[in-house]
Amino acid sequence: MDLLLNSNFMQDFLSPIWLSMKIASISGVIVILIGTLIGRIFARRTFKGKAVLETILMLPMVLPPTVVGFFLIVIFGKNSIVGQAIEWIFKQPIIFTWWAAVIASIVVAFPLMYQSAKSGFQGVSLDIEEAARIDGANEWRIFLFISIPLASKVLISGSILSFARALGEFGATLMFAGNIPGETQTIPTAIYLAIDSGNMTMAWMWVISIIILSFIMLLIVRIKQE
Amino acid sequence: MQKRFMFVSILLFLLLITVACSNNQNTDQSSDKRETQKASETKENVELTISAAASLKDAMDVIQKTYQEEHPEVRLKFNFGASGSLQQQISQGAPVDLFFSAAEEKFELLVEKGTIAKEDGLDLLGNELVLVVPKEDQSIKGFENLVKEEISKISIGTPETVPAGKYAKESLEKMDVWKEVASKVVYAKDVRQVLSYVETGNVDAGIVYKTDALVSDKVEIVASADPATHTPIIYPIGVIKDSKQYDAAKEFYQYLQSDDALKVFEKYGFTAK
Repeated sequence: MDLLLNSNFMQDFLSPIWLSMKIASISGVIVILIGTLIGRIFARRTFKGKAVLETILMLPMVLPPTVVGFFLIVIFGKNSIVGQAIEWIFKQPIIFTWWAAVIASIVVAFPLMYQSAKSGFQGVSLDIEEAARIDGANEWRIFLFISIPLASKVLISGSILSFARALGEFGATLMFAGNIPGETQTIPTAIYLAIDSGNMTMAWMWVISIIILSFIMLLIVRIKQE
Repeated sequence: MQKRFMFVSILLFLLLITVACSNNQNTDQSSDKRETQKASETKENVELTISAAASLKDAMDVIQKTYQEEHPEVRLKFNFGASGSLQQQISQGAPVDLFFSAAEEKFELLVEKGTIAKEDGLDLLGNELVLVVPKEDQSIKGFENLVKEEISKISIGTPETVPAGKYAKESLEKMDVWKEVASKVVYAKDVRQVLSYVETGNVDAGIVYKTDALVSDKVEIVASADPATHTPIIYPIGVIKDSKQYDAAKEFYQYLQSDDALKVFEKYGFTAK
């Protein structure tokens, strides 16, 4: 109990949890919006190079996260145009900031949301959308009031899965955002460091926290799917 | 209806945690800021980022505290990871001021590239290779016992990827026991894994760094390898040439070479070079 009341200790313990929640929430929202939109486009339209583009978007799911992280530091690093542009605009490089962790989480969580959204929209009957169109609804109205409600079950489980994936993101984050306690250290990177330096008490406390968080989210998916 | 209620209440619960944590964080940060502002009205505040090998964490935590107390205008930020990843990040222009590596060749890569000037780097620490056994079963007394028939499993890191494993193999070869023990060796992905195998009694013995062995209270160090039998284990440190706070980084670099700092490292099992 002494340990719990020690404010320094509590700050060390809570800061990765808070940061993980913040990063997972922001990247989760972005992934859900973009994933839903792109999922819908890819479910209904065909165009040249679609298969190639789709494969590129799905790649982060099969690549080892460390490789994704390496690509990210090359793309956003000082030696690339993108990296230089960002440094010029924000007066500082993005690597080693918590925004880098947000980007890493978006990249690895996106395929989950995209895949769910696409199959969700494919399951919506074309006749229903067509009926709405004949009644005079424009594409946005159809998307917002017909397709999304009909695919909502799949969309919600996709959202939660990608949020959970963002929360557990380790390899790419460690590479791109670093592992700076109090700044870019998330629950997974904190656990890695605690285990590596033999601090099993802290490691276990974070492991239990992330299990509780992930359990709640996966439970919601199950309940929604019942 | 009930399900929806449960869903909403779980969301509210999560929100509550987030808010609770966020308040905590914000107040702590602002009070931190006020303190540093008060303490250093004359000197300009600097923030140094040090990329350090994960194995240095415990010692660096102590040094961070002492150094920040002595230099209230300096805030030390540590980025801990594997030496190879840290080197990659620095090569790609990560804003780092000092690099404290656990692998000499990764450090040399940056010196060759000119990212670290030769005169701004040195071999600060060394480490030893030790033979560890589970605390309950201490029948092994030294490296020469490893050839005994009742010893069925010994763990070392994979020599190709884990430096400690490479050194362990070198050492065993030099001691002329490698041929006999090679079939008993279980390769692990890192030193920590070797340690877990020994701690849980899944192997009879393991070869790890002294600093790692000291962290665990479930293993016993029974012997140290003669440093002459393997490549020297070196922890080099250097100031990054492009550092925006070069002077402050250099000052901390000098401090790490002081007796005070070296005493801390020695406490955690490192040897001063």
